[in-house]
Amino acid sequence: MTAAQEHIDPALRVEALMSLLTERGLIDQATVENLIKTYEESVGPMNGATVVARAWTDPEYRARLLADGTAAIAEMGYKGPQGEHIVVLENTPAVHNIVVCTLCSCYPWPVLGLPPSWYKDPAYRARIVREPRRVLAEFGLDLDPGVSVKVFDSSSEVRYMVLPERPEGTDQLTAEELAALVTRDAMVGVAKVTTP
Amino acid sequence: MDGIHDVGGMHGLGRTMTPHQGPPFAEPWEGKAFALGALAGRLTGANLHAFRHAIERVAPAEYLSGYYSRWLLGAQNLLTDSGIVSSEEIAARAARLSGREADEPPSPEPNKPTMASGGPGNLRTLESPPAFAVGDAVRTQNLHPVGHTRLPRYVRRRVGTITAVQPAQVFPDHAAHFLGEDPQHVYSVEFSSAELWGPGAEPFSLTIDLFEPYLERAE
Repeated sequence: MTAAQEHIDPALRVEALMSLLTERGLIDQATVENLIKTYEESVGPMNGATVVARAWTDPEYRARLLADGTAAIAEMGYKGPQGEHIVVLENTPAVHNIVVCTLCSCYPWPVLGLPPSWYKDPAYRARIVREPRRVLAEFGLDLDPGVSVKVFDSSSEVRYMVLPERPEGTDQLTAEELAALVTRDAMVGVAKVTTP
Repeated sequence: MDGIHDVGGMHGLGRTMTPHQGPPFAEPWEGKAFALGALAGRLTGANLHAFRHAIERVAPAEYLSGYYSRWLLGAQNLLTDSGIVSSEEIAARAARLSGREADEPPSPEPNKPTMASGGPGNLRTLESPPAFAVGDAVRTQNLHPVGHTRLPRYVRRRVGTITAVQPAQVFPDHAAHFLGEDPQHVYSVEFSSAELWGPGAEPFSLTIDLFEPYLERAE
């Protein structure tokens, strides 16, 4: 077994590592704080929601997004780690796509930020590739038996994002108002977008 | 490796957490652990694939204790592998930080891996054409390497159909062990749920991106 992984509380382990690496000049506080702040404030599902809302309101953008997700997402200014090649999967009344990474927790960071705890949880990773309809039903999404369910396991550097269906009765909403409706869960494919 | 990380299809991992909103880091140490992992590659000379493998090597009980716990231990594996810090130093520093006396052992000799890089990121251009095309039937190989692989257990020895040819990429099985980038063609392969889980399976399809060496032509 690697590393003396005798139990040390992780909060203490972090402090021990930070202390050793800082005194050797290998890391500095500002870099660490910047990284944390970036993923707490700037990179998150609000980016993906903006992409989805534009796709709902701009048919040409939608076509570009489905043809070359990486380029269409970069157009909106979203790029960076874990976004080298992003494929956008379109949910329709007939097809429901769901995303997972069974081997670790690969996730399209530039559009959705860091993965949420339930996505990284071994139970989700184990079950969604075996009984996706049952898992979605537990989450409150009962799919009609006639809907095709497609599960995507992100095992290479390709990252997947779901383009959810636009909810009915939203014709009058602006792209900004629509973006506020779009959830992280819907862009992973474990929920639909609903109106309040 | 056939490790605890390869959970696709496993029973007994408990109830699935209901999706909920929450901050990226539930506690301050998680943010620091994230940053350490994100910086570990640069500090150790490792790559993304080596980092994933370092997390896979975390002992099962620790692996299951939480995402940022395993992420942090993975970062530590890279740091100790490369001789940046030793486990003994970390244990001693942790003891001292919690107010106990501990002798701090000398630092190890750095031993960073070296591997030629074909450029930033993992997408590469290959001169050789892809062996398979959209619509081809393929069978996954029965591979069980002791090292890193991106062919999960639940899709080994299964027949599926190529649905897309993805950009060629650095081969994780080799890069994780610093054996070279060895870029390969990558394919989206779709399997029926019955092929994976037998005749009683829920109806759905499973698509996974697989590297060419994992595949052979099926009749």
